[in-house]
Amino acid sequence: MSKGVWILAEQRNGVVLDVSFELLTRGLLLASKLGVPLTAVLFGSGIADKELNRLVERGADRVVFADAPELASFLPEPYTACLCSLVEREDPDIVLAAATTSGRTVMPCAAARLRAGLTADCTSLDIEEDTGLLLQTRPAAGGNIMATIKTPERRPQMATVRPHSERPAPVVPGRTGELIRWRPEPSLLSSRVRRISYKAFDEARTIQDADIVVAVGRGFKRGENVALASKLADVLGGAVGASREAVDRGWAPYSWQVGLSGKTVSPKLYIAIGVSGAVQHLAGMQTSETIVAINNDSEAPIFLYSELGLCGDLFELLPMLTEKLQARKG
Amino acid sequence: MKILVLIKQVPESQATRMDEKTGTLIREASSSVINPLDLHALECALLLKESLSESVEVTCLSMGPMVAERVLREALSMGADRGVLLSGREFAGSDTWCTGYALSLAAKKLGKFDLILCGERATDGETGQTGPAIATFLGLPAITFVSSIQRSGRCWQASRMMEDGYETVEVEGPALMCVLKEASVPRLPTLQGKREARGKTIEVLGASDIGASSDDVGLKASPTRVVKIFRPVHIKQCEKLSALDAEGAERAVDRLIELLVEKKLI
Repeated sequence: MSKGVWILAEQRNGVVLDVSFELLTRGLLLASKLGVPLTAVLFGSGIADKELNRLVERGADRVVFADAPELASFLPEPYTACLCSLVEREDPDIVLAAATTSGRTVMPCAAARLRAGLTADCTSLDIEEDTGLLLQTRPAAGGNIMATIKTPERRPQMATVRPHSERPAPVVPGRTGELIRWRPEPSLLSSRVRRISYKAFDEARTIQDADIVVAVGRGFKRGENVALASKLADVLGGAVGASREAVDRGWAPYSWQVGLSGKTVSPKLYIAIGVSGAVQHLAGMQTSETIVAINNDSEAPIFLYSELGLCGDLFELLPMLTEKLQARKG
Repeated sequence: MKILVLIKQVPESQATRMDEKTGTLIREASSSVINPLDLHALECALLLKESLSESVEVTCLSMGPMVAERVLREALSMGADRGVLLSGREFAGSDTWCTGYALSLAAKKLGKFDLILCGERATDGETGQTGPAIATFLGLPAITFVSSIQRSGRCWQASRMMEDGYETVEVEGPALMCVLKEASVPRLPTLQGKREARGKTIEVLGASDIGASSDDVGLKASPTRVVKIFRPVHIKQCEKLSALDAEGAERAVDRLIELLVEKKLI
């Protein structure tokens, strides 16, 4: 059997995360171009076949589930050891993971150990026609440049992929595949790092998971005005993000910060309100599918990146927008 | 106790230039600064130095051209005890694998550290891969996305900011941590600190000092190759609506809602 394309799926509390299905979309394209099978690798504890089968329904020919209590939630050492052990045994051509906090940890650790080429936070992946090599394209330097990178000799070719940069693979009812339950040997499961506690963010939705992000910037003038954006986000079913200036002024927590020193998001809709669009901020959101800006400065750089721009007073426009949307919902 | 802080010099502005032939970034000496997140890592180290009862030595290590001496001197002026620069043409063109490997050799050469800190990512390459790679080469656990660090008995305790919340982890023995901006607020160098830093020597290590050969570091040894670098076309045709008066505002808001409907976002 050919060595194939692998994606590293993710789960939380035993539920496969959507970002895994986005990776399947990437994997399906590459595997079909290469004519090789697509494997989904998942780490966890005691997940039932029915849940694993969701990866098959969305395109995996094979699911390898590393099953151990030590793998229930992310820990850098056992995840790295198990991934390396699987790769060494089966020698895949390509391994993709999501550019999440866990993907961006396990992949560089594994690549170091395997002496594999690894490209971070890719927004586009393809196969080079004459060589069959993986072409990995990613933004760098605050989105000012794009680089296409490949790994000519070392294997596997590894990449982390920006979440939300691709749609989840659709369910194909009745699709079948192989489920392999693997119990890693104890030596692979030892960890010096212990997980002590976990505390979820207070906000209902986190900006990296949200399909819609409403971002607040300096234009809000005062912290209490941020409530206007929260209201809009609630009506839209989205999350609130913030520019660095809003966070530095204490109007928003750091977990909301979008940009070079904060988070990178790629939602379906990004509404930048009172955000001028400094390069550092643009770096964290410019791959969003649709960008809309509301700003009273018609020369603000954010408009250059927006599909639609409203030049006016946010304190007038924002409540009007929220009210109209609410009225539509009834 | 010994703490190592890894520091990268990065271009001050985002207006980068690149070498079209090799596809690597051209680093201009004149406008280089310490990578912003590395300042937060350094601050974490200095806070531990000030708060722990035992004595703490803070060493800063950077890999780069000779001019990177300047960012190390800045680190000294903030309060680091020792600055070491890994430099040499052998390292040119190293990707994250080779950079991680070279820095791990240099760290080994400098002795054993109780804690190694670096910024979560650099503002130029933005990969965030070198820290975890160094941890792996040194056989240390990599604790990434760290938003606070504490010493608790013989253990390090760190809070990690994940997608949906904070996780607290504990590790006994040495570890490498990649810190976020939230981990600390960097201090400014003092005049006295600057004066003292001027008198200190930056130690320079070359490839032969750390036992690195061209099989392990540099462009040729790097697993990855940059095939192409290009400017993204992200300037969009913006439909800009004036919403300065009540009528314009209403029209603009209606158009926005129409767009959301068109895109099936509501």
